[in-house]
Amino acid sequence: MKMEHPAHARALPKAPTGIEGLDEITGGGLPKGRPTLVCGGPGCGKTLLATEFLVRGATQFGEPGAFISFEETGEELAQNVRSLGFDLDALVAEKKLAIDHVRVERAEIEETGEYDLEGLFLRLGFAIDSVGAKRIVLDTIESLFGGFTNEGLLRSELRRLFRWLKDRGVTAVITGERGERSFTRQGLEEYVSDCVILLDHRVNEQVSTRRIRIVKYRGTTHGTNEYPFLIDEDGFSVLPLSGLQLDHAVSNERVSSGVPDLDEMLDGKGYFRGSSILVSGTAGTGKTSFAAHFAQETARRGERCLYLAFEESPQQLIRNMQSIGLNLEPFVKKGVVKIHSSRPTLHGLEMHLVQIHKMVAQLDPAAVVIDPVSNFIDTSTAIETQAMLLRLIDFLKGKRITALFTHLTSGGSATEATYVGVSSLIDTWLLLRDIETGHERIRGLYVLKSRGMPHSKEIREFLITPRGVQLKTMKDRKK
Amino acid sequence: MTPSDAASAEKWNLRLYTAGQSPKSLAALANLKRVCEEHLAGRYSIEVVDLLKNPRLAKDDQIVAIPTLVRKLPEPLRRLVGDLSNTERTLVGLQLRPRQ
Repeated sequence: MKMEHPAHARALPKAPTGIEGLDEITGGGLPKGRPTLVCGGPGCGKTLLATEFLVRGATQFGEPGAFISFEETGEELAQNVRSLGFDLDALVAEKKLAIDHVRVERAEIEETGEYDLEGLFLRLGFAIDSVGAKRIVLDTIESLFGGFTNEGLLRSELRRLFRWLKDRGVTAVITGERGERSFTRQGLEEYVSDCVILLDHRVNEQVSTRRIRIVKYRGTTHGTNEYPFLIDEDGFSVLPLSGLQLDHAVSNERVSSGVPDLDEMLDGKGYFRGSSILVSGTAGTGKTSFAAHFAQETARRGERCLYLAFEESPQQLIRNMQSIGLNLEPFVKKGVVKIHSSRPTLHGLEMHLVQIHKMVAQLDPAAVVIDPVSNFIDTSTAIETQAMLLRLIDFLKGKRITALFTHLTSGGSATEATYVGVSSLIDTWLLLRDIETGHERIRGLYVLKSRGMPHSKEIREFLITPRGVQLKTMKDRKK
Repeated sequence: MTPSDAASAEKWNLRLYTAGQSPKSLAALANLKRVCEEHLAGRYSIEVVDLLKNPRLAKDDQIVAIPTLVRKLPEPLRRLVGDLSNTERTLVGLQLRPRQ
């Protein structure tokens, strides 16, 4: 999912942020030696983004930084990011970071005549010189407007400040609070013309989503979409979503479903490696059993499998599957199978997507199971769900990961109308349903579709036995 | 009774932060001396700190604007920014005259 870097983008020097995904959507980082404006509402992550930019600059790119904070003291800053594993105090001690807390309070200041902000310039200069800073953060310079009354003077000094920063050649991140009609309350975008980044934090039906957008980046092609981002124990991560590609490397290799009878229905060989499989059915039809069979089979081949369980805890899943003769525990202990449980409503869709990305990057699995994918669907609108599944499938296919999704359908006529329209994204679709035959209800399975292979059109009865799932042909029944 | 009478026994300790010999800094110093001679004759001291020579003090003493006058004594600490050309506001800021 790498973005193309056009030739002219290379001409513009960039300062990499080291923040996962952000360097991809900016084509390499922030404009080097120039100011970037990062704006957004309260609590949207501006300060964190700025801090991480400095920390990674100092630790990964050998560029010391200066943090000029107008809001929080050095101790507060250090405390805020300690949980992310960033040790600001140590960086200060190693002379890789200078922190200056600039306090401006109107109540303490009496204006008696002409002045300028030379004191601030001297402080910036001192902070930069004390560590040889190549990067600087001003968070948030708009506080000056709360401390001084002479707006005309402030504006001319700000203009001078941004010119001064460019002359010093430091890569600067300026944060600003989102205004009602402009990007920032004080119109800082007027002074920063190179790069403007907007952060957003929305809560939709009690689910929060954070998004980032590059509003402007002079001289660079950049992604104009909104990209979801996540703030977690590793800091900031942005999920770059490339355009939809259909040029994935296609594999002819087959992988077993873990159910020999089912493999037989699928041209005798099972699923294609790197394909997407949907197992849908009403409650209690045994979808998880098929998913667990596949996970175990993947692990048995010695390949890693990421199992995302949205209804059960790992222990619950392991115990329940033991009752049908599947033993995932040793594989979990060996780290071949990783079961991750979480509540789908805990995050927005895209947060899940970011998390899946991260877990896939860590585990590098051959297969991913999402059980069930329908719970995602419940947390958002159909369009969002479809877009997200599309992205997810796209991402997994790009990595040649075989993906199995289970989907809970509500029964009746809606069964086949897997309403999010994911059908077109799915290569192999298994349908599980209760069938009433004369005087009893049995569980039936059929292959609704399976691209690229001659598959069985039969409806098979399946049994969940203590030795796993077994399929029987209907003809067998009648005998 | 004015506040300056009440504090007539106190020693005044004033510090003026400047950045080199800029016109604003020079004006501030001249204005400050004039005000002190009029209101605090014989019981004030003025220390001029040139931040160009010692930029660290800008951080340590929380200076943003230049010139800045800090009344260190008597307490509480007071801060005045500007060249002190507005005498009225200077006196108010130093609490030598009550706010109107």
